[in-house]
Amino acid sequence: MTAAVPKVAVWKFASCDGCQLSLLDCEDELLAVAGAVELAHFLEASSATVAGPYDLSIVEGSVSTASDIERIAHIREESNVLISIGACATAGGIQALRNFADVGEYVSVVYARPDYIETLSTSTPISDHVAVDYELRGCPVNKSQLLHVISSFLLGRRPRLPSSSVCVECKARGTTCVMVAHGTACLGPVTHAGCGAICPAFDRGCYGCYGPADTVSTTAFVQLLRSLPVSDRAIERVFRTFNANAPGFRDIPGSEHAAVGSPRATS
Amino acid sequence: MSNRPLVMAAHDLGALFGVLADDGYEVLGPTVHDGAIVIEAITQPSQLPRGWGDAQEPGSYRLVERGDGAYFGFAAPAGTWKRHLFEPRAVLWRSRRDGDGVVFEPGEHVRRRRAFLGIRGCDLAAIAVQDRVFCGSPAKSGSGSPRRSADPVYGAKREGILFIGINCSDPASTCFCTSMGTGPAIGERADLSLTELDPALPDQHRFLVHATTDRGRAIAARMNLAVATDRDLASATAVRDGAIASMGRSMDTEDLPARLREAAEDPRWDDVARRCLSCGNCTMACPTCFCADVSDQPDVAAGVDERVREWASCFQLDHSYLHGGSVRVSTKARYRQWMTHKLSTWWDQFGVSGCVGCGRCITFCPVGIDITEEVRAIRASKSVPLEEGTAETGEKGHSR
Repeated sequence: MTAAVPKVAVWKFASCDGCQLSLLDCEDELLAVAGAVELAHFLEASSATVAGPYDLSIVEGSVSTASDIERIAHIREESNVLISIGACATAGGIQALRNFADVGEYVSVVYARPDYIETLSTSTPISDHVAVDYELRGCPVNKSQLLHVISSFLLGRRPRLPSSSVCVECKARGTTCVMVAHGTACLGPVTHAGCGAICPAFDRGCYGCYGPADTVSTTAFVQLLRSLPVSDRAIERVFRTFNANAPGFRDIPGSEHAAVGSPRATS
Repeated sequence: MSNRPLVMAAHDLGALFGVLADDGYEVLGPTVHDGAIVIEAITQPSQLPRGWGDAQEPGSYRLVERGDGAYFGFAAPAGTWKRHLFEPRAVLWRSRRDGDGVVFEPGEHVRRRRAFLGIRGCDLAAIAVQDRVFCGSPAKSGSGSPRRSADPVYGAKREGILFIGINCSDPASTCFCTSMGTGPAIGERADLSLTELDPALPDQHRFLVHATTDRGRAIAARMNLAVATDRDLASATAVRDGAIASMGRSMDTEDLPARLREAAEDPRWDDVARRCLSCGNCTMACPTCFCADVSDQPDVAAGVDERVREWASCFQLDHSYLHGGSVRVSTKARYRQWMTHKLSTWWDQFGVSGCVGCGRCITFCPVGIDITEEVRAIRASKSVPLEEGTAETGEKGHSR
């Protein structure tokens, strides 16, 4: 860190604010973190802001407008370390469903004055536009993982969080497999760990909130879902949620609606 | 006291729990939870899976009502004993700031007097395998000196466990302990070994009890058990023979380590890679898999840093991460690593097979990949030997 007291900024792009809320939800731990840093820009907590540069920028939300592209480029310039948090910032979010459709048609149906709306035809992750030092998955992010990531960067370390499937967390938790023992469709085998396998512990299949695991094998998994059986239409719908645009989820084998206009630029 | 087997009425199981409680044992045993038989702390016979059996198939596990009063009428439980010895998460040590210095403290490793009730031959064998990994038993027979890397975290959990085993009566379709030489009979591998007899006949429902250690004999002595009759012994033999006859699967282990070594480039690995999800369920369900990730978990607020060991899987990409990247990038490479370690290189490393034939990897693979079938397929195919110089990692550039 460049300063004795690190300057931390929290930024919002297209999102529901839920991940920033996870930071506020940290409560006691947040007070301790706030004591160790200068929260220079965190509009959800305070309207008082301090100009950059910043030691650490935490970015929530996806890029969905032309001005977003300019703003994230500026934030990157002003930030020593930039981490993106949540499904919107790391995959494009639920709003990336537009990537599979005609955004002009959406706008004409949803808004009374479509001409007021200025938007890109796609919703894309922060890393499609600027270099990101670390991506924290989840919809919303897990607050203890968020604290781990912030603490690690404040200490000058790389965060160490598991990249396994949810199945590993499920077994560690001692939950019996809902797919094998109950026949419940579950995205756990293809989903990135991080939530602690909450849904299977409550006898529900995983919804894929943390996006694809790093080893995702969608083709084999789709065959498994079909055998349960789950219809192709339903299979498409389970993948088309918060991480619809994530590689591994967006090109579902057999899907009629492939993603459009979603270049995964490596910047 | 003679070592003649004894016999205990089924309704005296409660008295056994009483003796164990009087001696301060925490009893872990099978119980039904969330539609499956798992291993948890239990305090009375009513918590056992009485009347429940299981139907296990590749990728499927279902509880089945047996229609009798059997307490142990099921195959390998869905849950493992492993989690009670090699815990999913353990704090190895903590460091904290103390003035200008740093203080290191060991993690808490609570030692409890524990009894493992109802453990089967396959799972006793699995614990013996993990003992070699964690407790520093001789790596190979005849090598003599124990390794000095005994793991205190595992050791604290492992120490002093009283084993009350059950000779398995109802193997699943996924079981192959007879092939691996680990069951169904447990012989003298437990302090007390039980065989459940005539569970369908309430007035004759009983257990043959064989005490094979001083601790086991001391407990049996306090139960005032009758000496087994020839009829009891014959019934127990019939239970064992019935279990052997109903073993659902088999694996030909003849020369298997060498056979797999030669099959590194077998096309079957591509075939299984197309089916494998790389989710890691097989490694988590396996009672011998011991891989873990060790990381530092900082808490800036408290000024404390924890070094934590958590279950990990060779099916994770980051598990083989060395500087510059992961060594095993493809599903093919990861599955091959897991299976050849289990059945081949485990022998080189620990002097035993890493597979005990419990069948959990078959049942709990969401897509039902069957290790016995994969072995059969590789044995049947014409293998292509590994090229010279690549044997060290079993890895080749083009197959990553």
